Amino acid sequence: MTDEQSHNATPLLQARGIVKRFGSLTANDYIDLSLFPGEIHALLGENGAGKSTFVKMLYGSLRPDEGMLSWKGAEVSIKNPAMARQFGIGMVFQHFSLFEALTVEENILLALPPQQAKNLRQRIKTVSTDYGLPLDPTATIADLSVGERQRVEIVRCLLQEPDLIIMDEPTSVLTPQEADELFLVLEKLASEHKSILYISHRLDEVKRLCHRATILRHGKLISECDPQQENAKTLAAMMVGSEVADVKRVPQDLHDAKKCLVVRALNLEPDLNTGTSLVDVSFDVAKGEILCIAGIAGNGQAELFSALSGETPVSDVGAIVFEGWPCGADGIAERRRRGAAFVPEERNGHGALASLKLSKNILLSWNNANDGTTRKGIIDRMALARLEGAITEAFDVRMAHPDVEAGALSGGNLQKFVMGREVKRRPKLLIVSQPTWGVDAGAASLIRQKLVDLSRAGTTIVVISQDLDEIFEIADQVAVISEGHMSDMYPIDEVTREQVGLLMGGMDLNGPPEVTAEAMAQSLMRDREAEDAV
Amino acid sequence: MPFKLQRREEHSAWMALFSPLIAVALMLATGAVLFASLGIDPVKGLSVYFLEPLQSAWSLQELVVKATPLILIGIGLSICYRANIWNIGAEGQFVAGALAGSYFPIMMVGWDGPFVFPAMIAAGMAGGALFALIPAALKIRFGANEILTSLLLVYVAQFFLDWLVRGPWRDPEGFNFPESRLFPSDAVTPLIIEGGRMHIGFPIALIIALLAAFYLTRTIHGFQIQVIGESPRAARFAGFSQSKMIIFAFAVSGALAGLAGILEVAGPIGQLRPVISPGYGFTAIIVAFLGRLNPIGIVIAGFVLALSYLGGEAAQVTLGISDKIARVFQGLLLFYVLACDTFIVYTFRRVGVVREAS
Repeated sequence: MTDEQSHNATPLLQARGIVKRFGSLTANDYIDLSLFPGEIHALLGENGAGKSTFVKMLYGSLRPDEGMLSWKGAEVSIKNPAMARQFGIGMVFQHFSLFEALTVEENILLALPPQQAKNLRQRIKTVSTDYGLPLDPTATIADLSVGERQRVEIVRCLLQEPDLIIMDEPTSVLTPQEADELFLVLEKLASEHKSILYISHRLDEVKRLCHRATILRHGKLISECDPQQENAKTLAAMMVGSEVADVKRVPQDLHDAKKCLVVRALNLEPDLNTGTSLVDVSFDVAKGEILCIAGIAGNGQAELFSALSGETPVSDVGAIVFEGWPCGADGIAERRRRGAAFVPEERNGHGALASLKLSKNILLSWNNANDGTTRKGIIDRMALARLEGAITEAFDVRMAHPDVEAGALSGGNLQKFVMGREVKRRPKLLIVSQPTWGVDAGAASLIRQKLVDLSRAGTTIVVISQDLDEIFEIADQVAVISEGHMSDMYPIDEVTREQVGLLMGGMDLNGPPEVTAEAMAQSLMRDREAEDAV
Repeated sequence: MPFKLQRREEHSAWMALFSPLIAVALMLATGAVLFASLGIDPVKGLSVYFLEPLQSAWSLQELVVKATPLILIGIGLSICYRANIWNIGAEGQFVAGALAGSYFPIMMVGWDGPFVFPAMIAAGMAGGALFALIPAALKIRFGANEILTSLLLVYVAQFFLDWLVRGPWRDPEGFNFPESRLFPSDAVTPLIIEGGRMHIGFPIALIIALLAAFYLTRTIHGFQIQVIGESPRAARFAGFSQSKMIIFAFAVSGALAGLAGILEVAGPIGQLRPVISPGYGFTAIIVAFLGRLNPIGIVIAGFVLALSYLGGEAAQVTLGISDKIARVFQGLLLFYVLACDTFIVYTFRRVGVVREAS
C-alpha cells in the first residue's frame, strides 16, 4: 500500500455513512470505509461492535437503513448475496457451510452458478496449486481437518474470481501454523491486486498482516489507522475504549504441593457419533495450581469436561481421584458436594438459562440441601437475592436493574456472573471450559485475574482453552489435547507458543526436523517483532 | 414471502397475557362464520352456545361439574408439559383410575362405612398413576416415544372398561344392560349442595391448584421441572435426573387423572358404563395450554372448556345441530392458542430482501 494508491486510485469499494438499526439498537452508526485494490484492510472490534452487521451489508444479506455504497466508483445497491458475487465480492464465513457427507468438488459445485460448472475438477486443482492451498477434489469433507475445510471455502470463493474477499475471523479455528499458511495465501492475493477485508479481534495478526485498520466500537467508527504505527496496547485501547489491565500473576513453586486431582487412563466414548473419544487421558494437578489444557475446538474438550464434571460419569471409578476420593463413577451433584465447581463452555442453555432470573440461575449449581439456598426443599428467596447481589458486585456484572433475566445480559456479563457463581462456592477444585470465549477484553481480563487470585488462595484450577494468549497469561502448567489424546504437561515457562501450536496440530515436540526448523524460524521472527514493538 | 417470523429479543409479557384472550376471540369469529355457513344467525348461534348455559342455576352447577375433571387433569398435564414430557394419555389414566376405584363398590358388595370412599379415592389415584407409569417405563428403558405409547394405551383402557361392564362387572340385576351395579351410598362422592350436582371434587381441585402453584414456583423440585423442560443440558449440569422426572411427572399426572376418574364415576355417573368420559382427558390438553400451564390459569381455562361442552348440548337442543360442534370449537381453540403463543417469542417482520441460505 503506497501513499500514491491511497490518495489517487479509485477505491474498489467505498461505504459512506452506513447506518443499520435493529429496533432500538443501532448496530452501525454512520460507518465510513474505503478499500483500495491490493489492500488488506482490517475491521477490528470486540464482539457486538457491529463488524458482522457491516459486512453482511457489503455481502447483500442485510440492507443499510441509510448511507451509500459505491463499487469501482459507481453507486450500487447490493440486494442479495448472488448480486454481491456478480459484482465480484466473495465471503469466507467463520462457520463453515459445507456438507460433511459430500466431496470437496460436490460442495463447490453446489455453490456455483450452473454455467461455471464446466471442468470444475481441473479448475479446483489449478486454483489450489496457484495459491498454495493443497486440496483433493475427491476427498470427503468429513475426513478433512478444520484448516482443510477452510481451504475448501477459500477455493470456492476464489473460483468466482472476486475482486474483494471478506474473511470473517478466519484464524479463530486454526493452529498458529495453519494461520501462518493462510497469511501467505492472503499476501499473495493482495499482490495480485485483490482486496481483502479481514475481520478479527486478534491484534497480533492484524499488525502482522494488514495495511490499514478500521476500528468499530458499539456500532460507531472509532478510528482508521495504520496498524504498523500502533502497538497491541493502543489498538486494544481503541477497541475496548479504555486500557485493559494486565493479569498479575506471581509464579509459585508447587513441587511439594499435595496432588488435588489425579486422572489416570480416563477413557470415554462420545455421546454423539460426531464427538471425539477420550483415549487414555492422564494428568494430575497440585493444590493451588492452574493447569491449562490447550487444543483446537472439537478435539475432545467437550468429552473431557463431561467426564471431569461428572455430567457423564465413567465406569472406571479410579480414573478420576479428587483429594484421595475415587469419583469417576459419581455424578456432578456428588462432586459438587465434595467441593468441586464447574463452568461449561456454553453459557446459554448449559451453564445458565436465559429465561430465568439471575437469582434462579444460582440454583443450577447451588441446589444441594446444605448450600443454604433451600430449606426442606423450599427455595429461600432471600438467600438467593443476597447471593445474587454479592456475586454481581464481586464480579462487576453490569445490568439494567437488579436480578434481570440471564438472557438480558451481554455475553461478557453473563460469563462473569456464571464464573462468580462458582467462585462464590469457594471450591477446592474448579474446572472451567473456555472461560473467556466470546467475551470482551475487559471482562476477559477480569475473569483471568479472578482465576489467578483464586488459585493463589488455594483452589486447584483446570482451564480448557483454545486461546493461547489466555493460557500464557494464567497457566502454571500446560498440556494439549488433540484427537482425544492428551500430551505431557509442561511448565509454562519452559514452552513457547510455537511448541504448543505444534502439539495442538497433533505433532509431538520431537516431530520431523523440517517442521521444527520452520517453527524455530517463526519463533525467532516473532521474538524479533516483539523486541521491535518494545 | 414479504413477511417472516423474527425472534423477539425478550419474551413479550403482553402477548403472554393476551394470547389466550386473542385465541378465544378468533375461535368465536371462526364459530360465527361456521354458524353462518350452516344457515344459522351467527349472533343467535353464539349466544345459544356460549351465553345461555350461564343463565340458570342448574347449568351453572353443571358447569362446575364438568370443569372439575378438566382442572384436575389439566394440572397434572401441565407438570408433564413444563418438563417437556408429552403425556397424551390422560383419557386412559382417567379410565384406569375409575376402574381401580370402582373395585370396592362393585366387587366388595356389603362393605360399607366411612372408609369405603377414601379407599376408592386412594385406589383411583394409584390406578391412574400405575397406568401412567407404563409409558414412563417404556420411555426410560427403550426410548419409546411417550406421545404414541400414552395415546395408544387410552384405547387399551377404554376396551378393558368396555369388556368389564359387558362381562365380569355387569350388574347381575341390570337386565343385561352393559352397566355395573349402582354404587351404594357410602361409595358416592359427597355433594356440596344437597340435591344438587356439585360434589367435593371441585374444592379438592381448587386446593390442588394452589398446592401446584406453590410447588412449581417455590420448591427446588418444581424448579427442576422448569430446568429439565427448557434445557436438558442445563439440567444435567445442575445434576437433575431426567429419568426420575419422567417417572414423577407421569405418576402425578396419572394420579390426578385417576382421581378425576373415580370422582366422576362415584359422583355424577354413580356406576360404571362403557363410556364414562366425553373426552375429558383430551380436552384437558387444551385446558393446560389455554391456562398457560399455570395452575391458576388452568382453573379459569377449565371453565371455558366446560362451557364448550354445555354449549354443544344447548346447540343440539335449541339449534338442532350435532353436539360434535363442541369438538370443533375445542379444536379451534387449541389451534388458535398454539398459533398465538408463537407471538410470545416471535414477531412478524416485513422483509424487503430475499435472504439466501448461506
